[in-house]
Amino acid sequence: MWTLLQIELFKIFKKPRTYLAFAIIAAFIFLIQIGLLANGKDWMKFILGGLDETMDMEYGKLMNGYAVCFFVLNLLLVHVPILVALVAGDLVSGEASMGTLRLLAAKPVSRSQIILAKFFASAVYVFALLLWIAVISLVISIAVFGVNDLVVAKQTGVQLIEADDVLWRYFYAFGFAFIAMMVVAAIALLLSVLSENSIGPIVATVGIIIVCTLVSEMEIPIYQKYIKPYLFTTYMLGWKGFFYINSNQDGETIKGSIQYLPAILKSVAALLAYIIALVSASIFIFRKKDILS
Amino acid sequence: MLLTLIKPTSGSINIFEKNLATHRKEILQQIGAVIEKPDLYKYLTAYQNLSIFAKISGVKATKDLLMKQLDVVGLAERAHSKVKTFSQGMKQRLGIAVALVHNPNLIILDEPTNGLDPQGIADIRKLITQLSKDQGKTILVSSHLLSEIELIANRIIIIDKGTKVVEGNAAELLDPAKTIVQVETVDISGAKQKLLQTTWATNILQSTNNLRFQMNKADIPLLTKQLVDLGIDVLSIQPRHSLEDYFLSLTTQHNHVDTVAN
Repeated sequence: MWTLLQIELFKIFKKPRTYLAFAIIAAFIFLIQIGLLANGKDWMKFILGGLDETMDMEYGKLMNGYAVCFFVLNLLLVHVPILVALVAGDLVSGEASMGTLRLLAAKPVSRSQIILAKFFASAVYVFALLLWIAVISLVISIAVFGVNDLVVAKQTGVQLIEADDVLWRYFYAFGFAFIAMMVVAAIALLLSVLSENSIGPIVATVGIIIVCTLVSEMEIPIYQKYIKPYLFTTYMLGWKGFFYINSNQDGETIKGSIQYLPAILKSVAALLAYIIALVSASIFIFRKKDILS
Repeated sequence: MLLTLIKPTSGSINIFEKNLATHRKEILQQIGAVIEKPDLYKYLTAYQNLSIFAKISGVKATKDLLMKQLDVVGLAERAHSKVKTFSQGMKQRLGIAVALVHNPNLIILDEPTNGLDPQGIADIRKLITQLSKDQGKTILVSSHLLSEIELIANRIIIIDKGTKVVEGNAAELLDPAKTIVQVETVDISGAKQKLLQTTWATNILQSTNNLRFQMNKADIPLLTKQLVDLGIDVLSIQPRHSLEDYFLSLTTQHNHVDTVAN
């Protein structure tokens, strides 16, 4: 199994398209950072403008590395599934279209091991991708913009998280994002098992995410009641929950607290269930499949 | 099916006296295969491809082993070139190296000369013969190129419409005593009428368009003399003794031959 995983990783990281995702992310984050470096203070003032009279804001301090990272994640994590699908959707179907799947399946390794190795390899890729995002959006932003309190906008208003209470929340947020992205990888893998060309599973994965996200977001009662609870997209943006903090009776935020922890844990459980179901289905189908290409 | 890529609808397969379904891993460790096209990772080098498949096959992929294997198929000098730069013949040879890297006892080659130029075909033929004679490997070749099969096979199975038509030793199947001789004359039907009155009648093969005999090759001079004696105007006499002719005598539609060389 370990050998298979090493081989799968070797193949993934030898493909030019793998690095395309890293390059796109870097370019995107750098653009945001340059923009905020030039006009960050004004931008923060614009965003929090409505609160000017009620809160004593120091916009310059609020435009810090943590805020930049939060802004980046808000924009970027919605699009990372496309980059995950780009690699995971190609794992089996890419081999089928290239003709190497027959060669692989004719070797003395079980088909379950092949799928598991590919899934774990996609997990390493997703981890590397998120680590890359973390390094560029958090580490570099901290180095350039410095560290200060993080202001987070909620539906009920804004709240301030003290600087020394922020970093651990990012670790958990990235951990949550990893699980969410693995659901995408598992969907792409399943579609990849069902297909014999690379493009189909990638496009289909992105299509499923778009449709499910739209349905999740629609405020239609019947969808909200009967469909939304079962859509994986309902749980994918749970990472934000780590930045919603409890307040005491005086309205002061409680350091180290997470306001909706049970909801976050429920999201994690739902996403893990999705992953297990999707990977199991991939293994089941792949084991039964006649490999003709 | 032998490589477990397709599941049999019924029945079971035994290889090396073991059931394939229950001893899959054990059996596949002893089989190497090239399936129709030598499909490999085009974005990797020959060395990297070979290394990957050696590891999957459970072999310790040392540099010496891999280079030796590439040398066997004549690709040592291109070991570090990407496969996308290879010709069809080179890919085919690399495919064979992949099939051989774990030193299997049985090698399955499906259409190994597909898409190759005459030199490439000759190289593959030479390699198959070497593996069979020098290393004692059992090689199962599936091919439509009957002339190639004839040159390398010890044992032949002819399959027509999915059913085995004949199986046997190549030397026996291509027995000179069963040579097909085609006679071209000015008047085929007239010649047939005359020959049916002679002892050659039993050698004449059923056909309306030509005059063919199944006979011992050594008797061709006797036939020639008989034709002259009967006053038949002969344009040509051609002994046909190829696998292709043998095959065509068995079937005129499907032509698929499996051979076993050992």
